Amino acid sequence: MEKDQINSHFKVLIIGGSAGSLSVLMQVLPQLTAIKSFAIVIVVHRKSTDEQTLEKLIDLKSVVKLRQVEDKVRLLPGFIYVAPSNYHLLFEKNHKLSLDTSEKVNYSRPSIDVSFESAAEVYKNLLIGILLSGSNADGTNGLKAIQKEGGTIVVQNPETADMPFMPNNAIQNMTPDYVLNIPEIIQFICTIGN
Amino acid sequence: MIEDIELETLINEVYEYYGFDFGSYSRASLKRRVNRIYQLDGFSHFEQFLSKVRYDPEYFRHMVDEITVNVTEMFRDPSFYKVIRNQILPLLDAKPFIRLWHAGCSTGEEVYSMAILLKEAGLLHKSLIYATDINVKVLETAKKGIFPLRMMKEYSENYRDSGGKEDFSNYYTANYGIAKFNEDLAQKMVFSQHNLVSDTSFNEFDVIFCRNVLIYFDNDLQKRAINLFDDSLALLGFLALGTKETIKYSVSPGKYKQLDREKIWRKIR
Ligand SMILES: C[S@@+](CC[C@H](N)C(=O)[O-])C[C@H]1O[C@@H](n2cnc3c(N)ncnc32)[C@H](O)[C@@H]1O
Repeated sequence: MEKDQINSHFKVLIIGGSAGSLSVLMQVLPQLTAIKSFAIVIVVHRKSTDEQTLEKLIDLKSVVKLRQVEDKVRLLPGFIYVAPSNYHLLFEKNHKLSLDTSEKVNYSRPSIDVSFESAAEVYKNLLIGILLSGSNADGTNGLKAIQKEGGTIVVQNPETADMPFMPNNAIQNMTPDYVLNIPEIIQFICTIGN
Repeated sequence: MIEDIELETLINEVYEYYGFDFGSYSRASLKRRVNRIYQLDGFSHFEQFLSKVRYDPEYFRHMVDEITVNVTEMFRDPSFYKVIRNQILPLLDAKPFIRLWHAGCSTGEEVYSMAILLKEAGLLHKSLIYATDINVKVLETAKKGIFPLRMMKEYSENYRDSGGKEDFSNYYTANYGIAKFNEDLAQKMVFSQHNLVSDTSFNEFDVIFCRNVLIYFDNDLQKRAINLFDDSLALLGFLALGTKETIKYSVSPGKYKQLDREKIWRKIR
């Protein structure tokens, strides 16, 4: 059993995306080797019937180990977590993940806003949010929440996104800390541990 | 938006005034739900909201109805129902009488799905289906067996994916945007309020369903609920949870045997 007091202070990188974001993840994830000091959480729009394809693909492509998300699993640094289809993913103060089947938000479940806002409340300035390609407004409010709580926000350069609407919408509604293309995103993530 | 400390105050007051204990609910979800109704109902001061909840029992009931998440579907997770159909129902066939319990049944879509499976297996006539929820309003809907007509396309696809071979539209009558499910399906259903936080076991069952309810509870309350199910389950009976829920942390290993990779466990001792 994992003890409650360990790992009570670690960073969390949360990545949101929709249409066009999978190809970004497939370029970024293989480049990440060890991520000892932080956890990665991925929230992308997916079909409600997709049970495991996304998890399998991410597991295949990344060096960092994937942990299956079930209700109340503990978030630990050094692992990747993927929001399951047909549930919203929420963060508890005791570093456990909760799932929720409530109404879709921005036509989406999982919704990026819901997870970003929930993570912001718990991880505050230890949270880094990245918003990738997509053709829906989800993610903007979530990034605002992260910023308000003192976290860092990064938006994929819309010019490099297959679907620029989502990153554009974010940039129009706030000032991100960074707007980055894909190689820069990789570099950026590699510095998080330092 | 309400603060953490305000949420805790609300939880304490609700317990003191009404005896409903939300203290072991997952805070992340509960806070979202309370914030949602706080905003929907146009409150701007927490004190104002709190005293409304305190002194207006009608409003309190409305709050309970709104903070519980009632989203549900017929044949949600078709592969789950396929296993029920192909592996569980044949094992129940030999019984003279079958008792089932849907805990946290919401508006009843899951209960009608099950009644359809039982009917197709020729078991409905000797079954009794108890369906309970903390939320009285959803139980009223469930009793009527009336669901939005616009959902039927998706439900009939789910039904087919779960191995259903009949014409799904034979199970309901369409009328002005609603689908009223056939009375014979509801004949063996008993609906009543039951709170998994505080109420006890009330019967012995062959199958207990509690899907997507435990996700709203913390680990301690999950344990309580699963022990309650354990007390209510006959030997060799089945416990079915939602696709992301588990009994792993709540019962002693060896007492239950999981069916393949499904969230269905059989009580073996
Ligand atoms: C998301 S719905 C699940 C419906 C259905 N079982 C399904 O999986 O589609 C959760 C239900 O649990 C009920 N619930 C919440 N707390 C409860 C409690 N303490 N006791 C009984 N039911 C509860 C809610 O009212 C809601 O109807």
